[in-house]
This record gives sequence, structure tokens and C-alpha cells, in this order.
Amino acid sequence: MIGAIAIGLGGGIIAGLLGVGGGVLFVPGLVIFLGLGQHQAEATSLLAIIPVAIVGTFVQDRYGNVRRHDAVLLGLLSVAGAGAGVALANALSGAVLRDAFAALLLIVAAQFVRRAQTLGRGAAITPAAGDSAAGGDR
Amino acid sequence: MLAELSSHRSLRLALIGTLAGLFSGLFGVGGGSVIVPLLVLWLGYEEHAATATSLAAIVFIAGFAALTQGLYGNVDVVDAILIGIPAVIGVVMGTRLQQRLPARTVALLFAGVLVLSAIELILR
Repeated sequence: MIGAIAIGLGGGIIAGLLGVGGGVLFVPGLVIFLGLGQHQAEATSLLAIIPVAIVGTFVQDRYGNVRRHDAVLLGLLSVAGAGAGVALANALSGAVLRDAFAALLLIVAAQFVRRAQTLGRGAAITPAAGDSAAGGDR
Repeated sequence: MLAELSSHRSLRLALIGTLAGLFSGLFGVGGGSVIVPLLVLWLGYEEHAATATSLAAIVFIAGFAALTQGLYGNVDVVDAILIGIPAVIGVVMGTRLQQRLPARTVALLFAGVLVLSAIELILR
């Protein structure tokens, strides 16, 4: 239980700091520290992301940044893709899915190394650096 | 012409939504890394609006994907709540800390955590 809370808090802090979604941290956290299988970790991560995205949306909406019409359209039109993605994940073995996810982590890591190179050593993290505050998901 | 432009937009939104859904469902993440760049590239969004709109869309996308995973019996609801609620607190803390920590260091640390996680997953 404490492990799960630590994963949530740690993942959330990094998500807020860097404007990434929690998922990229929740999934490995659940596999490595709580011993969940890859499928269970991904499924559980999806549910855990929802409250983070809801709160982030409210904060961003107050700043007038959310284009509501596009967001709803985008969200509703994702249903086929989301279903197909989940079906694909469940058609793959845990080992294959885990390796594919590890590859995804390396790609995201490379993106952040590249971003770090363009940032000044002492620069604060600002939206101008590429992302926005309050749990933006990248 | 306006109607044509608008249907063009809807088509692009549908395509972005489908791609993000696939990505989210396959990997258990929000899909923002797909949505944000495509909103900027295809619909001329600026970064702030793209990130904010992406977040709102993710509520639906992660919802659909979680629901489908639930049908497969893969969702651990208790763990999800134990992670999701502290994560909300963490995001608020992280957002406040944002102004005080050097971006470069945080980005590199994050990349390091991801690489270590990837190695740990591959070795399993």
C-alpha cells in the first residue's frame, strides 16, 4: 500500500515538474515495485491517470487554455483506437509488451536528453521550454 | 469553404484521437506525447493550448482504455486509487516546485530514471 502511494506521489511530482503524464512512470513502478504483470500495470495506470488528467484540466481551463470543443471531439473519437490498442496489448504476451514498453521509455528518455541540451544550465522549467504546468501530459 | 475547412479539422481530430487511443491502449499511458505534437503540427495549436486540450482529451481516452482493460479483467482498482489520489497531490507539488528547480537537471534526472526502468524491465 505504501509502495503504491509512493509511486503515485513520486510520479505525480515528476509529472507536474516536467509536464509529462504519470503513465510513463506508473507502469514501470507497478511492475518493478509492486510486481504486477505488464498488462495489469498498464490497465491500472490508465485508471490512475484519470484523476490527474481531471484536476489538470480544471486548472488549465481556469487559464482558458482548454479548447473544449476540440478536446471533447478528440476524446470521443479516440474510442475505436483505444479499444484496438487495448485489444492489441492483450493479444501480445507480457514479455513482448514489456520489451516494447521499455523501448518506448528509451525513446522518451532520448527526447528529454535532447531537450536538456537546448536548456540553459540554470533555466527554470517554463512552458516556453516546451511544456506546460499542472500535469500536462507529454 | 468554411464547411470544408471544418470537416477537414474534424477529420484531423478523428485521426489524432484514433492514434492517441491506440498508443494509450497499447502502452497504458495518456497519449499526450502523440496528441500535443500533432495538434501543433496539424491544427496550428500553440504549445499551451495543445497541452491543456490534450489533458482534457486524455480524461476520455484513458477512460475508454481503462474500461476496455477492465473487460479483460486487468485493472487493479485499489492500486489505481492508491496511486491516482497521491498523484494529484504530487502534480500540484511538482507544478509549484517547477519555478525553483533547474529544468536541465530535472530533465536529465527524469531521463536517467526512464533508462534505469527500461533496463530493469528488459532484464526481467
